[in-house]
Amino acid sequence: MEPVVGVLALQGAFAAHERALAQVGVATRQVRLPEHLHGLAALVMPGGESTTMSNLLTSSGLFDELKGRLIDGLPVFGTCAGMILLASEVLDGRPDQRSFGVIDIAVRRNGYGRQIDSFETDLAVVGEAEPFHAVFIRAPKMERCGDGVEVLAEHDGVPVLARQGSVTVASFHPELTDDARLHGMFVRHHGIIQ
Amino acid sequence: MSDQSSAPRATGTYRVKRGLAEMLKGGVIMDVVTPEQAKIAEDSGATAVMALERVPADIRKDGGVARMSDPEMIEGIKAAVTIPVMAKVRIGHFVEAQILQALGVDYIDESEVLTPADETHHIDKFGFAVPFVCGATNLGEALRRISEGACMIRSKGEAGTGNVVEAVRHLRNIIGDMRKITQADSAELFQWAKQLQAPLPLVQEIAETGWLPVPMFCAGGIATPADAALAMQLGAEAVFVGSGIFKSDEPARRARAIVEATTHFRDADILAKVSRGLGAPMTGIGMDEINQRYAERGW
Repeated sequence: MEPVVGVLALQGAFAAHERALAQVGVATRQVRLPEHLHGLAALVMPGGESTTMSNLLTSSGLFDELKGRLIDGLPVFGTCAGMILLASEVLDGRPDQRSFGVIDIAVRRNGYGRQIDSFETDLAVVGEAEPFHAVFIRAPKMERCGDGVEVLAEHDGVPVLARQGSVTVASFHPELTDDARLHGMFVRHHGIIQ
Repeated sequence: MSDQSSAPRATGTYRVKRGLAEMLKGGVIMDVVTPEQAKIAEDSGATAVMALERVPADIRKDGGVARMSDPEMIEGIKAAVTIPVMAKVRIGHFVEAQILQALGVDYIDESEVLTPADETHHIDKFGFAVPFVCGATNLGEALRRISEGACMIRSKGEAGTGNVVEAVRHLRNIIGDMRKITQADSAELFQWAKQLQAPLPLVQEIAETGWLPVPMFCAGGIATPADAALAMQLGAEAVFVGSGIFKSDEPARRARAIVEATTHFRDADILAKVSRGLGAPMTGIGMDEINQRYAERGW
């Protein structure tokens, strides 16, 4: 059976991630309810508003179901808000905000400032010959990375792309350019495509 | 990691401005007039708040000139929430926009709900680092706003009425014409550009992609979870709710229900569940009862 990668579609830039995954030749499914998790080979958690997604994860019943799958090692790629939801520690979050805590990093919400401070830049990514053009939108900042976390790219000395086991996170938005190399890197790393 | 210095940051670019609109997709942007309302909106799952002094229903009732809100009030709302804060300027009033940019608001709405400051010209939105959203009643209007630098379009509807009929009309106008353009041959695109009074390259882009080059949200008259899901099923990518929440009996419950309905907009079982027991919606008014159509402002 062809592997399917889920894209959490509660809110945010999920359609752009589906486009990027299609570009690397992977079938996708939008995930809004627990039953949509069935049989997924991996999951992408997009950017958007983490407070909104946190509410909707609870009301849809997805939170507990998904937490179990993540702990069992479902490969996941979280960008921006998605990264906040995966982090073990969230700074400047709302007290009622829930995270899965499956990667040992501390993340500060809006750590790069407001929209007026949003920016784009080129990044050197480990294992990639050419720089990757990255778009940061009201981006969260990785303020601490645990020992088991591999940093794959940094900007101004701060990690912006990192991986620990089955969990990959980015402060920026690889889905906002036509360059799908990071989506390709994610699915290949976990053997979803060759 | 390499020890070479990082590449410089480019801020205020078109991609960065459009990027925030992308992040707001599938969500609900709520009008708020106080920090307390802003907190209720955030608690209920709003993706952003629109800070203004009076909701459209009250602007309609009070009459007079409606202007940009007091910066103090906008700052109070900014301090109250962590989600993006938007604010409105009068059509063509680029100095109000300069002030909002200086205040660090996240999005500017050049809005027909306020009294226009210029009856011929909209703001040159390329001159700003902060992104703009503009209203449109038809595809030509949407493309003219995009050609001036708008990074998000919202169908106008008729603000402050609690009546979704105009929002539906405008969404159908815009999306219906895009559908037709995808069927047109290359020679017909020149006629489309002329008829829409819109730049040819944008019309050609729609012929290729089938959609606007920026996200399109829906505004103006949404009062119930069903209204929000209707807009989404018609093709809107997110919704603005103005008077509909804080002019209803139970704003927090209604706000939460509209957020749920916007996410699960094709799931009738969930729509039925979240529509129950919300108390009275805003009363609303019929189009034949109003003497000022805000949607007619803008050119």
